[in-house]
Amino acid sequence: MSNLLEIRNLEAYYGPVMAIRGVSMEIPEGQVVSLLGANGAGKTTVLKTISGAMVPQKGTVSYQGRLITGRDPDWVARQGIAHVPEGREVFPFLSVDENLKMGAFSRRDREINADLERVYDYFPILKSFTKSQAVNLSGGQQQMLAIGRALMLRPTLMILDEPSLGLSPLLVQEISEIIKRLNAEEGLTVLLVEQNAKMALDLGDYGYVMEVGRIVMEDSCARLKEATDIQEFYLGMKDQGVRGRRRWKQRKTWR
Amino acid sequence: MEIIQLLISGVSQGCVYGLIALGFVLIYKATEMVNFAQGDVMMLGAYVAITFTSIWGWPYYWAVPATLLVMAGVGILLERLLFRPMIGEPHFAVLMLTIGLGFVLRALAGAIWGSEPRALQMPYVGDVLRMGEVVVGYENLAIIAGTALLCLLMWLFFRFTTVGLAMQAASQNQLAAFYVGIPVKRIFMLVWALSAVIAAIAGILTAPVSLVDPLIGFVGIKAFAAAIVGGFGSMPGAILGGLLVGIVEQLAGLYLPPGFADMSAYVLLLVMLVIRPQGLFATMQKKKV
Ligand SMILES: Nc1ncnc2c1ncn2[C@@H]1O[C@H](COP(=O)(O)OP(=O)(O)O)[C@@H](O)[C@H]1O
Ligand SMILES: [Mg+2]
Repeated sequence: MSNLLEIRNLEAYYGPVMAIRGVSMEIPEGQVVSLLGANGAGKTTVLKTISGAMVPQKGTVSYQGRLITGRDPDWVARQGIAHVPEGREVFPFLSVDENLKMGAFSRRDREINADLERVYDYFPILKSFTKSQAVNLSGGQQQMLAIGRALMLRPTLMILDEPSLGLSPLLVQEISEIIKRLNAEEGLTVLLVEQNAKMALDLGDYGYVMEVGRIVMEDSCARLKEATDIQEFYLGMKDQGVRGRRRWKQRKTWR
Repeated sequence: MEIIQLLISGVSQGCVYGLIALGFVLIYKATEMVNFAQGDVMMLGAYVAITFTSIWGWPYYWAVPATLLVMAGVGILLERLLFRPMIGEPHFAVLMLTIGLGFVLRALAGAIWGSEPRALQMPYVGDVLRMGEVVVGYENLAIIAGTALLCLLMWLFFRFTTVGLAMQAASQNQLAAFYVGIPVKRIFMLVWALSAVIAAIAGILTAPVSLVDPLIGFVGIKAFAAAIVGGFGSMPGAILGGLLVGIVEQLAGLYLPPGFADMSAYVLLLVMLVIRPQGLFATMQKKKV
């Protein structure tokens, strides 16, 4: 089994603030890898350095055996890495159809329309809004649109940053199913960042746990689910977990 | 009849304001930079056209496309050399840079073409269209028709071409545009090229009416007022703001004491900022570029 993506000793800063402190990860081809961690742990920063939105001070990112560190994010995307950023970043005043077409911006092949239909198959709800502006969609629909738009790139690797954030349990379930299907049916490799540890561990083959900029634990998701630390802190099986989550909510409001 | 005559003059002058305002808005929407040299880019475009026609004697059907091509190159050069390095710098620094650029362009034009006003010879200059008592010069009609045609082309471009959509996408959500693989930097370069071409079109259209000298770019200040009146950030708003400023100016010239006409754009701007600070097209601005 070969690694589609390897990151080695990444360090990245926001001005003087060191956001990640030597992170290494491997994403094997065809797998779903989950990255867990409390808010502020540095998960988004890791994803941004992978997709080129941030340049790391140290360390390397290699994709399909090639160094991609420091390349522009649009170039990275054209290599087949689709990044679905946190917060449903759609093009608000383009229609759903146009949003999806923008996902295929770099493609010149003739199968774009077929892929458009495929995305509507995965997300039938979007089909009824093709001409509406994305800003008029609900949060869950926007998240689906963002994922669908990423699919239009025909990616080899999809990076998802907290796709479940702010969605109803039903929608979380639906998005989980779709990620599972994409991985099984299309052979899509997935790097999934989640606060929702249950979702991440259920979906993932392998998992990493981050705390204040470092990877503190890694194992198969099956084994991570059994680990008592994980159960306490992330699956909320003790008071500590609940308190931790409350603190997270407070932080959400001032950020 | 006089009023219709005035309205037509107002509309044709307003079209020029509107085109320059369009350039402001395009660049602002995409890069959040305000290019105060937009009027001077128009001046440069007019001089390039004069060079090709009057000085080098090219026929206008070569000179006009060549001017647009040269000015697209100028736009690209400005972006690459001056404004791309300014991405992420404070707004006032960019503002100062564009004001400085205006000074440089005016000085350059003075050095190359002198400060004597020059005329751009277009084939339609001098003819008039008579509709009853109303007499309209073809150069005014050309401004109105040219602007209308350009607006139509722009609408088609932004609505139906992939590059046009990508420009909108990059303006609406830069990060997401990067993540879907849109070469955002190249798109910004095209936006600068497009706004320089639009400025050049404004210059070519207006040059037969008002002679060209190195200072005609100051009309950009009125166009800037027009862009704000239109909602700064809306393309239809820019054109409408321009038309409004042009018409109000003519009416002020007719009904108010001398001197008021030149002020009227700013009075309109003030009134607008008080009664409708978001501009004419605030709601539309939320919808399309
Ligand atoms: N734009 C920013 N400017 C400054 N600091 C930031 C910025 N974004 C994130 N940080 C800091 O970097 C750290 C990691 O953030 P992030 O990667 O967003 O964490 P996560 O995605 O795990 O919640 C946090 O301490 C956060 O406060
Ligand atoms: Mg995050």
